Amino acid sequence: MYKKLNHDENKKKTRKRIGYVPLKEGTPKLYKGLGFKCGLEVHQQLKTEKKLFCRCPAGKYQEGEDYDAEIVRHMRPTLSELGEYDGTALMEFKTKKNITYRIKNETACTYEVDDTPPFPLNEEALDISIKIAQLLKTSIVGELHITRKQYLDGSIPTGFQRTAIVGIEGKIPLKGKDIGIIQLSIEEDSCREVSDIKHNRIYTTDRLGMPLIEAVTYPHMITPSEAEEAAHYIRFLTRSTGNVRTGIGAAREDVNVSITGGTRVEIKGVSHIKWIPALTHNEAFRQKALLEIKNILKERIKNIEEWDIANIVLNSKELKNVKNSLQDKIESGYRFMGVKLPGFREILSFFTQPGKVFASELSERLKVIACLESPNIAHSEEDSPLIDKEYFDILGEKLDCGDNDALAIIWGPQEDIETALETIRERCLLAFRGVPNETRKSVNKDGITIFERVLPGPDRMYPDTDSAPIAIKDEKINRIGKNLPSEISFREKKMRSWNIPEDTFTYIHIRNLFPLLERSIKDLNYPPTFIGTLLGHQLKNLEGKITPSSEFDFNKIYGLLEFCEKEGYEKLLVKQMLPVLYQYPNMDPESILTTIDFKKKEKEEIISLFPLLNKKFAEISQRQNKNGKKLWIMGRLQPIATGNISLKDLSEIVEGGLK
Amino acid sequence: MSDLFKGYKGDALNLLKKFNVRVWSDVEIKSSRGDFRGIILPRSENDDDKHLVLKLATGYNVGIETGTINNIEEKGFKEANYKIPEKEFPFSPEKPNIKLFGTGGTIASRLDYRTGAVIPAFSPGELYGAVPELADICNLSTEKLFAVFSENMGPEQYKILARSIGEEIKKGVHGIIVGHGTDTMHHTASALSFMVQNSPVPIVMVGSQRSSDRPSSDAALNLIHSATAASVSDIAEVMVCMFGPTSDEYGLLHRGTRVRKMHSSYRSTFRTIGDIPLAMVTRDKITPLRDDYSKRRSDKNVNILPYFEEKVALLYYYPNMQPDMIDTLIEKGYKGIVIAGTGLGHVNKPLYPALERAKKAGIAIYMTVQTLWGFVHMFVYDTGRDMMKKGVIPTENMLPEVAYIKLGWALGQTDDPEKVRDIMLTPVNGETTEGEPYNGYLVYQGGIPEVEEFIRKFHK
Repeated sequence: MYKKLNHDENKKKTRKRIGYVPLKEGTPKLYKGLGFKCGLEVHQQLKTEKKLFCRCPAGKYQEGEDYDAEIVRHMRPTLSELGEYDGTALMEFKTKKNITYRIKNETACTYEVDDTPPFPLNEEALDISIKIAQLLKTSIVGELHITRKQYLDGSIPTGFQRTAIVGIEGKIPLKGKDIGIIQLSIEEDSCREVSDIKHNRIYTTDRLGMPLIEAVTYPHMITPSEAEEAAHYIRFLTRSTGNVRTGIGAAREDVNVSITGGTRVEIKGVSHIKWIPALTHNEAFRQKALLEIKNILKERIKNIEEWDIANIVLNSKELKNVKNSLQDKIESGYRFMGVKLPGFREILSFFTQPGKVFASELSERLKVIACLESPNIAHSEEDSPLIDKEYFDILGEKLDCGDNDALAIIWGPQEDIETALETIRERCLLAFRGVPNETRKSVNKDGITIFERVLPGPDRMYPDTDSAPIAIKDEKINRIGKNLPSEISFREKKMRSWNIPEDTFTYIHIRNLFPLLERSIKDLNYPPTFIGTLLGHQLKNLEGKITPSSEFDFNKIYGLLEFCEKEGYEKLLVKQMLPVLYQYPNMDPESILTTIDFKKKEKEEIISLFPLLNKKFAEISQRQNKNGKKLWIMGRLQPIATGNISLKDLSEIVEGGLK
Repeated sequence: MSDLFKGYKGDALNLLKKFNVRVWSDVEIKSSRGDFRGIILPRSENDDDKHLVLKLATGYNVGIETGTINNIEEKGFKEANYKIPEKEFPFSPEKPNIKLFGTGGTIASRLDYRTGAVIPAFSPGELYGAVPELADICNLSTEKLFAVFSENMGPEQYKILARSIGEEIKKGVHGIIVGHGTDTMHHTASALSFMVQNSPVPIVMVGSQRSSDRPSSDAALNLIHSATAASVSDIAEVMVCMFGPTSDEYGLLHRGTRVRKMHSSYRSTFRTIGDIPLAMVTRDKITPLRDDYSKRRSDKNVNILPYFEEKVALLYYYPNMQPDMIDTLIEKGYKGIVIAGTGLGHVNKPLYPALERAKKAGIAIYMTVQTLWGFVHMFVYDTGRDMMKKGVIPTENMLPEVAYIKLGWALGQTDDPEKVRDIMLTPVNGETTEGEPYNGYLVYQGGIPEVEEFIRKFHK
């Protein structure tokens, strides 16, 4: 007999059961208790003129309807090591995704559309990757072997990504410990997805084939904040080469998370490092929830082999229970199926992530595998706006529901229903095993993830028969090694020794301003903290407010500092000049001075103004407050004094004059 | 012994021996570049002797330079297993029986992930495992006739293939598929067009342009298209079945005598030249583009004419070709020469005496055009007329490769120049046509607005 359930209550109860707390309440002890482990795969585009395996330009993007031609392909799973197709891969193939590539002649040749074998590897990109391999302290291979890594989602028209290991076994130093690097590879970037609706997925090929490095860490990070720190470190490190691309999508992280008893789940394409803590935190608890669900199911279902879903087609009379918002689906001939999930009572509404329950896992898979657009499911453990709530009682009777069973209704085009049912069945069966092997994607800053696709099997790598191995000689490594940038940890140590505030570090690393900072400090006579904050505070601030009229070369700041020092201007003038320089990078210093209305004055000239001001203050002020007078006079003199004498000197002059 | 060190030689081989390890050893290598752990893979014979290839646990392969290696320690041994599993090809009495002949090209294959070796799938069971859709179309049986690369297909193979096809037809097969490498598929297609005449069933040649081990390969779809063509089409001719556009949309059936591989790597490389293709083919449908083809019949009659004279040459003329090119052929006892001439079918004057000598030596000389499209017109200029006087026979709009195959086939039957001439100029199946249709020459040029518009809307 099917019984109603207070699902809101259940959500709260299950959330508590797994011990979920918000990220800000997460402690090292909590993560230790979960057995939290996290590893990163950091992808970073390299700044090269051309793509990795063809001579098309890199870094030119097409937008919207801007394309010259379309090509349609389908990805067919190839046989695995055992000669079997991966179950889900085959299911996905049966539902048949039409993959459309929108190509632009400017950025695509026959290589992009897999109509010609690769051209020789871009040497410029290889050199940069060897530089990064050295910074990561990896052992560099003697010979680069181009390998094919299979992808069936269509993101690469060949169906595989060409990739090669440059170095293995390195490390990066975090504040408290070293994090091991498994490998550094060089690879081609994939297509950009335009849309993925029902059976049609559309990509553009502009980004495809751009050179990329992928740095893979060991799962050595044991708290979300460590994961964030490691991601930052690797980003700073790649930026320190000055040879990587910046901007949206130029650096992307895949974050692998597991907990004790769970599975390595890969969260793909995280484009903001600051999202990592929430994502990893929530994923740890999602795994915890799935492990709890497994325990409950194990308790309830003794013989998993005999477990199966039961289903019926809803007839036209029953379809009256479908609410108006789905009427168009009925009219377009969609089939509605009632599904019994034996033993899944209180599971469908089991908390998995903030705002999500186990039923979300079913819905997300229906979208990806069976191509059913959301909403695609209603179930007995929610207040569905789509199906009359009372109807589940009738359905429960029809499907002979027991006390522990749950019900769902799914709908879709007739040809997709078989896959949809199989998808539900498969995901429920996976629940008996705990955490499925899958890749997920982050949807927002709150750290929520959705199912992306099933993780391909381990046997997805094979040699690229189209390319010969490339020897990496010692001479090459040594040549590149001679010009390595200094290490991030060294840079931070140095900046601390210069008393530069720590809150400037991130910006200085991201824009790779350390070499400029170091050179300025070495060559010129400004206090290090002045230059540090000029860059890490003022420049950062300007960047958020002003758009330069042409590309801003940070080395212009050195020129500015040098000019002011040579001319004997006081350092605060630099701060007045910088905004103008930033906005008009090609303006010469003299013109900047005119723009800000600066006039050169001798110290004596400024002092000579003093009696006049003294008198003026006496006229306008009622009370003779000495400090107030000083401040007033300083205020009048400062605009004239800036650049001519220091604030300290000015203060002394005023002080002296008042005595 | 050599098997233990597959592909290794010189320094690399010595190193393997020195540390007593072999191919498939799971090893730990200490080198001046760092430590590496993985399985030693076979090395390609063409690569140098300065590196060992390791497969790391992550699945990637890397090379380690021999000079940097200080020590190798064997930790285990894991030999790759090359077996390809089979699934029984389902038989259903209502489906047509189709025979697939293999010649060596891989239309379906399985990859050995450890070595990257491509293992051809060929038996019905293997093919069913790779392309299960085939079972929805036909009952398939297969026979591997030879295992040669496309470029090594020649007269011997043409004859065996023709005879084998003849035997199958006599047994009452419903259609024939020939799996073939793409490079010389059009040569074999024209050979079969001449050697297998009056077939009651479709004879469909198929291959793949992108290796069948990749998810985006054209192999499976080509195979499905060819099975459909062999099973349901009523075109009882020798045809080539390959991609129409580069997109996964439809295949084209090209007449075996008018088809040519036109791009070194494109999927849609095969084009009908100087005419339009026979039909379009999808998974479940044939859409004929013309109706002047030989129709399928229910009898088992076929003429097998497996003849070929190997001493025939195809000479691609270029300005400044020296007469000794032809003299050499005379000297070596050649019996026939097909020239791919410039423009309407020309060669330069200095060759004339050599052509006369060839004629005197009894060599049959036929003229085709290297423009591929269009007819030989030797009456237009005096030079053409001069050549004809010297015995050079124009072959209308026969493609150079087709003329080569046909001349070999004709000379295989007779030495009599008149009979050879008759055979050459009497079309068997469209190798020469009465005229060229207006839409038989469509080579679009990109950049032109209307062409760009077309390309944006339709798939090339």
